[in-house]
Amino acid sequence: MSNVTIRHVHKHYADFHAVKGISLEIKDKEFVVLVGPSGCGKTTTLRMVAGLETITEGDIMIGNKIVNELPPMDRDIAMVFQNYALYPHMTIYDNMAFGLKMRKFDKAEIAKRVNNAADILDIKEHLSRKPRMLSGGQRQRVALGRAIVRNPKVFLFDEPLSNLDAKLRVQMRVELKKLHQRLATTSIYVTHDQVEAMTLGDRVVVMKDGLIQQVGEPLELYNNPANKYVAGFIGSPAMNFAETVIEQVGNAVYATNPTMKIRVPEQIAARMGPHKGKPATLGIRPEDLHMATGADPEELSFDAVVEVAEQLGSEIILDLKAGGGAMVASVEPTVKVKPQQKIRLGINPRGLRFFDAATEAAI
Amino acid sequence: MATVVSVSDGGIIVGKPKWRPLENEGNLALLLLLPTVALLLMFIAYPFVRGILLAVTNSKVGVIGDFVGFENFARLLKDPIFHAVVYNTFLYTFVTTVFKLILGLWLALLLNRDFKFKAFTRAFILLPFIVPTVLACFAWKWMFDPTFSVINWMLFKLGIVAAGAGVNWLGDGDMAMLSIMIVNIWRGVPFFAISLMAGLQTISPDLGEAAAIDGAKPLQRFWYITWPLLMPVTMVVVLFSVIQTFSDFQIVYVMTGGGPANATHLFATYAYQLGIGTGLLSQGAAVSLAMFPLLFAIVIFQLMYIRRVETR
Ligand SMILES: Nc1ncnc2c1ncn2[C@@H]1O[C@H](COP(=O)(O)OP(=O)(O)O)[C@@H](O)[C@H]1O
Ligand SMILES: [Mg+2]
Repeated sequence: MSNVTIRHVHKHYADFHAVKGISLEIKDKEFVVLVGPSGCGKTTTLRMVAGLETITEGDIMIGNKIVNELPPMDRDIAMVFQNYALYPHMTIYDNMAFGLKMRKFDKAEIAKRVNNAADILDIKEHLSRKPRMLSGGQRQRVALGRAIVRNPKVFLFDEPLSNLDAKLRVQMRVELKKLHQRLATTSIYVTHDQVEAMTLGDRVVVMKDGLIQQVGEPLELYNNPANKYVAGFIGSPAMNFAETVIEQVGNAVYATNPTMKIRVPEQIAARMGPHKGKPATLGIRPEDLHMATGADPEELSFDAVVEVAEQLGSEIILDLKAGGGAMVASVEPTVKVKPQQKIRLGINPRGLRFFDAATEAAI
Repeated sequence: MATVVSVSDGGIIVGKPKWRPLENEGNLALLLLLPTVALLLMFIAYPFVRGILLAVTNSKVGVIGDFVGFENFARLLKDPIFHAVVYNTFLYTFVTTVFKLILGLWLALLLNRDFKFKAFTRAFILLPFIVPTVLACFAWKWMFDPTFSVINWMLFKLGIVAAGAGVNWLGDGDMAMLSIMIVNIWRGVPFFAISLMAGLQTISPDLGEAAAIDGAKPLQRFWYITWPLLMPVTMVVVLFSVIQTFSDFQIVYVMTGGGPANATHLFATYAYQLGIGTGLLSQGAAVSLAMFPLLFAIVIFQLMYIRRVETR
């Protein structure tokens, strides 16, 4: 079994508390992505799993065995670094064979494994070259190859795609996914790119300031963000927020501010009891907004002023002034609007989210 | 000065080109090189040619001398002191370079780690390199003094030698050789340490970590990753050191003056003693020149090796 358990783990650097008690259960064969902004402690967490960084407090277990004190080589993990960390003075073959040589595999077995990995990754013709003669994408494959020849219990990836250009990044993302489907090795993958997280992860862990914000399958994070931070981080373009006050008017509950009066859908209104008369943040994704028509009720629409319209072909991204701040809407590509034009936007009520203004937790 | 400018039909301004010799890259390069070339000619080429001319005459101080061909060199080949000088110089260069490399590398590896007062320690390490050699040599001379030697005093206090039976550091031929080697190593280690540390810092720590994950133990990481990647820097540092050590003068001159009984003469000190000390200018020049082909061969060999390492 190659499950990984992280239990109440802390990391203190000299005077900096980088990881503040995270717990996470990664199942055998699972692909888990740690995502969060730069400096939130993703790399530190990964390096503690690898054994490259000491654990200040808490336990890390690989395959139900505590590895806190084990050196990296005894943890049976492989790591892919952001800058590939290929040995520049060795050929591609030797780069991939190095880990096996150190572990005293016999020559025939090494050759078999390296050639097999080179086949899978399509780098067979480069085996006798040096890393510097390869392109970024090819180096990335070599780094993957070095990881897979050892057939370790766990793969660790630290932003492996962030040095590639946008097109190659998308391509390698797909290949990583295929590779995982083929090898089914437990993987922990660190990135700051939420698109990578959503597309690659069986489960995604959103981190901020050394703490886990939410753990869940990609769609779960998208549909049910636990707090305002996750709501704003997951999804592109990001969710819009507007500061409102919750008010009861007759049977209905409204979220209002000087430019909006939006009716809170029934199932959320039922949970609004303690929030009545208090401020709350309304959240709505750009894709849950549309140009209002006569069919849109007054209480699920609001006025906005177009600032910029970006035609993407499949949709138009509107940058707007609305709800007392800036908002973004994704509308039909056929919509015709001009800058400074006043429009009315309709809300898809299923997309409405509310967050406590003080704690930022989802209501 | 007015230039004639005419406007052609197409509106393109056609002027008589000014004479601008410095816009020609070749001319500019020549001009910029001039001061350097002049200095090199004056301070390197002239003494070198002068040295060759001296070496093929029999001039002494106060005697212009006549052309004698290779007589001075033939005499050197039969001179037992010169034989000792060749042996000494190679031994001195080889032994000190090996120790400077080992100690320098060891220090560099230590300094490359993270620890408190790192910047301070790094600066401190450079001290032997910064102190004027002659000054340091006088201090060493006192430490090796037969009567007042602090080193002997320590050996005595540690119970290694008996009272009054201290090591005769500079009085015995072999010990004197050892002593000047120690001083040369002491003085040369900082250069190795700092240069190699700079080399180490260009090696990404990720490589060591990748190797650790790949299962390499610390010694293996050094041998398979650090050492080969540091090789180009190491070779250049060794090259510099060999050139300097081979033609070393100050340490020997101050510490032993080539003695006792010519036991510690190197090329430079022997040339000086013959040429200036004894006044046999032409023979001194011949000794200096004899150093040249040997050093040249060493340097060519090392440069070829550096080339190979760098184009790997
Ligand atoms: N060796 C270190 N010493 C001190 N602080 C560090 C060290 N490594 C990382 N940090 C700090 O810890 C925090 C988390 O870093 P890291 O895990 O690299 O973040 P990221 O999520 O971007 O990968 C950052 O604020 C960083 O400055
Ligand atoms: Mg990072």
